Amino acid sequence: MKPNQESPADLELYYRQMVQIRAFENRCNAAYRAGKAGGYLHVYIGMEATAVGWINSLKIGWDYVITAYRDHAHPMLMGSDPVKLMAEIMGRKDGYSHGKGGSMHLYDIEKGFFGGWGIVGGHTPLGAGLAFGSKYKGEDRVTLNFLGDGAANAGVFFETLNMAALWDLPCIFIIENNEFAMGTRLEYHAADTELAKRGYPFGMKHERLDGMDVLQVRQDAKRIVDWVRKNQKPYLVEVMNYRFAGHGAADNDRQLYRTKEEEDKALHRDPIERLEHYLLKNNVMSEEKMEAIREEYETWADDVMEKADASPHPDPSEVYDHVYTDMEPEKGH
Amino acid sequence: MPTVNLTYREALRACIIEEMEADQNVFVMGEDIGRYQGTFRVTQGLFDKFGPKRIIDTPIVEPGFTGIAIGAAMTGLRPIVEMMTMSFSILALDQIINHAAKIHYMTGGQAKVPLVVRGPGGAANQLSAQHSHSMEGWYAHTPGLKVVAPATAEDAYGMLRTAIHDDNPVIFTENPGLYGVKGDIELNSGFSVPFGKARIARQGTDVSLIAYSRMVSVCEKAAEELEARGIHCEVIDVRSLLPLDTETIFASVAKTHRAVVVYEDWKSGSFGAEIAARIGEQCFDELDAPVARVGGLNVPMPYSRVLELECIPNEANVIEAVQRLN
Repeated sequence: MKPNQESPADLELYYRQMVQIRAFENRCNAAYRAGKAGGYLHVYIGMEATAVGWINSLKIGWDYVITAYRDHAHPMLMGSDPVKLMAEIMGRKDGYSHGKGGSMHLYDIEKGFFGGWGIVGGHTPLGAGLAFGSKYKGEDRVTLNFLGDGAANAGVFFETLNMAALWDLPCIFIIENNEFAMGTRLEYHAADTELAKRGYPFGMKHERLDGMDVLQVRQDAKRIVDWVRKNQKPYLVEVMNYRFAGHGAADNDRQLYRTKEEEDKALHRDPIERLEHYLLKNNVMSEEKMEAIREEYETWADDVMEKADASPHPDPSEVYDHVYTDMEPEKGH
Repeated sequence: MPTVNLTYREALRACIIEEMEADQNVFVMGEDIGRYQGTFRVTQGLFDKFGPKRIIDTPIVEPGFTGIAIGAAMTGLRPIVEMMTMSFSILALDQIINHAAKIHYMTGGQAKVPLVVRGPGGAANQLSAQHSHSMEGWYAHTPGLKVVAPATAEDAYGMLRTAIHDDNPVIFTENPGLYGVKGDIELNSGFSVPFGKARIARQGTDVSLIAYSRMVSVCEKAAEELEARGIHCEVIDVRSLLPLDTETIFASVAKTHRAVVVYEDWKSGSFGAEIAARIGEQCFDELDAPVARVGGLNVPMPYSRVLELECIPNEANVIEAVQRLN
């Protein structure tokens, strides 16, 4: 791992955040299995270091973040209420969208988290539009525009890169390359598997970066976020990570597209374990303390789930709310 | 306030200028709208007046720039997106329908999308199959969007203002055949026309001709001819499809007991069919004849002027439909 440039307090923070995300995501899977969450649900297990490194480099409450449907970790890191997130994932009244969004459509606009989108590549121009908005108003916000390796092939993504570069939009496109577009391996879906090159034709600065070593991620993210804030221009990064879980909770046969051996090998890159080794080796944190932290978040996650589960389902009469800001749609079947 | 006689095109432009002067957050983006002055010249002169920051020439990529406008709208800006023709908005359907229309709902009311997507919709003159779509029915099918189709210069001016002030995504369709029609506009008056209010374009007692956009004038001409034959037509200019003013439509049908819905869009599965269905559902006891429809022929728009005119409903088609009612 990278030499330590972080304070012990920051190191503990990153550790806590990654453990917290994993505990939360495990509860999401449990909720799905228990029938308390439905639809499509995609967890971030294995990819925690990426969001932790990048989002800790932002001015929370000022900068903007947008991502696709693997969207639970990002708002948690921006200070969203985990109970309200879990309630939304369970489709409850007290969720951020009062049960209208679900796992794929989490939003906390006040914190600068703009979702939460289900069409692969479809949100990438929206993210550029957030950056357009802040630039138009003369603000120095930075937008993080997360997408997956599958979305890196979408036509609208190329259109967006062109305009982001053409108009100098302060947007960082972060391709989270977890090696699979759902069940299709990178080399079966991308003619050139070095996705960072997507920035090249548009004259956009671009890099392929590590996404498993949280300290490396944090260092790269800080450098690039600062550059984009200062220069008000776009940047593209390909962040190499791996999805330990299936594509979604409904993906229960991962052997269709990858071997057990491959998964076991990838598990050695586990971002949480890597940080644990580092913390131990450098005497930042004891095994006992780490164990206590892990237990703390297990209890915390149980509590979050219990509180979310206590929220009522929305009343059927709410179905017409928020179709429009100022009127109701035609009613009735 | 000076009242001036302006074309539909000039009325739109006047409204855009006034709104841009009033609110820095209003800007226009689209293909060739700036330096080239707009394909249909609606935005003529705006680039010189407001500059490249607010009159933005885009690459020819409807999904991308529409998506950027939606994102910008979520930050509080009020974009006006010009589609060179509404036919091209088909490329941006994912952005408009799958994103813009659903954002307020999916966020549980957290985010708003004050976006206007406007441009010419319907046939112009021999633009053939890929440039002549009437898209309003596709959009009016979609909850979360508002859809308007003004028929007069006054309404173009007053409804565009309402659209720009609206906090929801608005589809604003302008039939290319209307750009030259004139009307008296009171400039800088703040004049606006609310959505969801139909206009009675002509009073009558025998049959209700229900239309929007350019078909209103087709109905008015048909009504003139029918008047000479002793049939008094009422012409309803729907002008706002979503929300739809069924009250005015139903009141007219209750008066005349006969209804013909006239629209340029393909006859089958169009918004005109929706209007006809609602009249059938709600006014059954009032009707003395089945609800009739006059729509565009169910074919891709052909190039030949002869064939194109065959596709677009005209006065004779409307007169024939009215005469069939008895």
